[in-house]
Amino acid sequence: MAINWFKYSAPSTFYGLAGKLVPWFAWPSAILFVIGLYIGFFVAPTDAVQGEAYRIIFIHVPASIMSMFLYLIMAAYAALGLIFNTRLSSMMASALAPTGALFAFISLWTGALWGKPMWGAWWVWDARLTSELILLFLYFGFIALHASIDDPRRADRASALLAILGSVNVPIIYFSVKWWNTLHQGSTVKFTGTSMHVAMQQAMFITLVACWMYAIAMTLARVRSIILERERNTQWVAELPEVRS
Amino acid sequence: MKPRQKKFVYIIIALVALGAAVGLVLYALKNNVSLYFTPTQVYNKEAPQGRNFRIGGLVEPGSVKRQNEDLTVHFNITDNTRSMPVIYKGILPDLFKEGKGVVAQGKIEADNLFHAEEVLAKHDENYMPPEAKDALDKAARAKSEAGGAVPAAPATDKKAY
Repeated sequence: MAINWFKYSAPSTFYGLAGKLVPWFAWPSAILFVIGLYIGFFVAPTDAVQGEAYRIIFIHVPASIMSMFLYLIMAAYAALGLIFNTRLSSMMASALAPTGALFAFISLWTGALWGKPMWGAWWVWDARLTSELILLFLYFGFIALHASIDDPRRADRASALLAILGSVNVPIIYFSVKWWNTLHQGSTVKFTGTSMHVAMQQAMFITLVACWMYAIAMTLARVRSIILERERNTQWVAELPEVRS
Repeated sequence: MKPRQKKFVYIIIALVALGAAVGLVLYALKNNVSLYFTPTQVYNKEAPQGRNFRIGGLVEPGSVKRQNEDLTVHFNITDNTRSMPVIYKGILPDLFKEGKGVVAQGKIEADNLFHAEEVLAKHDENYMPPEAKDALDKAARAKSEAGGAVPAAPATDKKAY
């Protein structure tokens, strides 16, 4: 049986599907956050060098990974919207941006909180930190550019271009600690494995999955609002039970 | 070509061109993007002269000397090839330790000492409980003893600090 994927590229059908999917991601996310943070804060051992302070890694690293992945996904959706002129892809890109910006902010904020006791500085203009800050500004730029153009289709195209060009920054963030001398240490999670104790790995992996679930749930919930807002003059929206009442 | 294929090709070309441009710019600015200079670079006069810059490396084991009357501390920063004597007056970060990574900001004065205004500790990307670290240290010691008179030098690659 072939599934007709294109059926769900129509905002009217996707609206219902997204609504059904949200709880399937929101609840696992909440539960996994509790489990992951419990393991991270109470089960994982103390670090030999940094003591208890290293435990912020269980928030910092997943948030940083998410901020980079979500940007690439956002840029991919924006590109799909630009190439195929599909409204839903552009809406998905707009829906992803605030969550990505949130993760970039959390990454920078927890990084500052971690940097002060360990390095001795809240902020250093090293390549890793600076490129992550640029990522946050790219998210802000995407949101601001989209909001500044009244016609939503033109706004989609302009901000899509920004998102696509900005994706050059993501590999720079990832490889910055390899290419240049930075205060930020190298990657703990590499393609070849991690340099971490097992319980620490588990905690980080679980919070990372929780972050993914959270991002998906938030994006689907937000894209529903965007669909309603943009399609408010259509027949199908007017016929929705939640709109009629 | 269909218009959508054309658009796709344009986007790919634009991304590749931008990527190349950014790559070249960053490559040209390599020294400016890097946070610090290594002692070898400083020795080769690649670091700015008479201006503030950052120097990074390992705190040379056995080189840390504190003065009793105030917070002044002397130590050497080394990359296991060259080392640079540093003088700093202030509170050092908790992770500051002999043999560990450090980044200091300041400049070289006439006395050929690096007068640091700020000292930051740099830690590595390995996380493990103290017992595991002890076991690793012991294994490293045993290995170096078995290997003959070669002292257990800290790893020289950039990742080690």
